[in-house]
Amino acid sequence: MTRKITISALFIALAMILSYLEALIPFNFGIPGIKLGLANLVVVIALYTLGARQAFAISVIRILLVSVTFGNMSAMMYSMAGGLLSFLIMYLLSRSSHFSTAGVSVAGGVSHNAGQLIVAAVIVENLNLMLYIPVLIIAGVLTGLLIGVIASKVIPPVRKALNNTQHR
Amino acid sequence: MKKRDWILIAVLLAAAAVGLLIVHHMQSGSGSTVTVTVDGEVYGTYDLDEDQTITIDNDYGHNVIEISGGSVSMTEADCPDLICVHHAKISKDNETIICLPHKLVVEVDSSETADADATLR
Repeated sequence: MTRKITISALFIALAMILSYLEALIPFNFGIPGIKLGLANLVVVIALYTLGARQAFAISVIRILLVSVTFGNMSAMMYSMAGGLLSFLIMYLLSRSSHFSTAGVSVAGGVSHNAGQLIVAAVIVENLNLMLYIPVLIIAGVLTGLLIGVIASKVIPPVRKALNNTQHR
Repeated sequence: MKKRDWILIAVLLAAAAVGLLIVHHMQSGSGSTVTVTVDGEVYGTYDLDEDQTITIDNDYGHNVIEISGGSVSMTEADCPDLICVHHAKISKDNETIICLPHKLVVEVDSSETADADATLR
């Protein structure tokens, strides 16, 4: 149990640092809501190395902590909607053996953007927001692909390191 | 990467391309009016051809919208992310600038495309 908590804490800390780094980089295309989603890298790695339950806990806790520390409460709703939807989609796709981490991460990136946009449209009560969907799909595919490719390189050594901690 | 990864990416990009065509079609007409809504309710409607500054102060916060030379931009806001202020100027039909924390939407409309839509149906 202690091992589980410690490893989760390490993953959460890493996700928070990546969120912070991303906030430091001025990354603006004049289109709202487009982010690299570096923190999602940690969630993808956790999903493949620690299992769904622990990855889910890491995903939810990092959104709460990042919103409280670097963000604001109104942004939390969007992050949470995006985070929960993308986790659900990634979990379902990762259970099927037809997709590699890249496909899973692409689906996660797109569904993250979709979740945020749906909540935003409901909150401002304006369906014209849906016109952003095509751009957000393209952004989700690109960022998801990048995250997925990085994750596929990082997952094997992380798995190895986690196995080493178990034997000691 | 597996074959299905590529299929997934191809399907998503194809859907986005179709979507972009639809959006492009919807936003092809130049707008004539600017509608500002807060919390889903219309705050005011303004003429796009008339240069003016609209200041909105309410429980959510402070926003300044500027109409100048036939396009609209958000020049000031006290929201935390400032996405609305960084947004490019808008002038085409159905284009929007959104200040999510303040539940504020600036939308360009045109009566002409509304008619075109009606005849299409």
